[in-house]
Amino acid sequence: MSRQHGEEEHLTGSKASRITYTLESSLDSVNRVEQTAEQMAKKAGMEEDEVFRVAMAVREAAVNAVLHGNSYDPEKRITASFENTGDSLVIRIADQGKGLDPATLPDPLAPENLLRGSGRGIFLIRSFMDEVHFKQLHPGTELTLIKHLGTAQTGS
Amino acid sequence: MSMKLNTRQVDGVTILDLSGRITLGEGSVQLRDAIRDLLGKGQKKILLNLADVNYIDSSGIGELVSAYTTVRNQGGELKLLNLTKKVHDLLQITKLYTVFDIKDDEASAIASYARV
Repeated sequence: MSRQHGEEEHLTGSKASRITYTLESSLDSVNRVEQTAEQMAKKAGMEEDEVFRVAMAVREAAVNAVLHGNSYDPEKRITASFENTGDSLVIRIADQGKGLDPATLPDPLAPENLLRGSGRGIFLIRSFMDEVHFKQLHPGTELTLIKHLGTAQTGS
Repeated sequence: MSMKLNTRQVDGVTILDLSGRITLGEGSVQLRDAIRDLLGKGQKKILLNLADVNYIDSSGIGELVSAYTTVRNQGGELKLLNLTKKVHDLLQITKLYTVFDIKDDEASAIASYARV
């Protein structure tokens, strides 16, 4: 597929760079990770709705890492890496918690779970990204969120 | 960045005008406290005006659900007014759109509450 966007975007395509942050387990870190994802998605030329979805998915992953993974433990860190490979945005969020088995998560759309006050984060991540991968780190969990840049554009 | 919250009374209905973000650590706790205060004062007809809520995360969605069930369990009614497209879409994909009573006009929303 030929490149849709001229401008200087070809620079990021040919020279994919990865930014990695190591952050404390706090809400400030969540906000920072979210903002970085938002900037990255905008820079990649995504439309506003897609920028919102990517930023929200990344925020949810960071919330999981800080809250459910590290339980706000000041001794534990989260790492967040952001990469534009040219055809995808790849965001990895890792924690140092007890680990998460996605197979054990209740379905938030099941009638008996609809009125629960929590449990929608991973569902939203899966809804908004093209690929979501879980990796056990022993200790901890790494989520890889991938958004293909081709599908982010409204093809005309 | 954080959420703002104003309270109005119209014909026995308490309208909470929310603006900003309802997210973990920002609007969620404020909303929970506001609902608890209202219920403590016996105000059980609650209308959440979300016209100026431009962002809500899974924690905020969970808080809306908790507010809804808490009010209902105390014999009250909590309804939503004026959803932005983002919030509307989120409630749709989480299948909550049919759970909540959602209005898009304030006057008819107020009229929809049962009279005492």
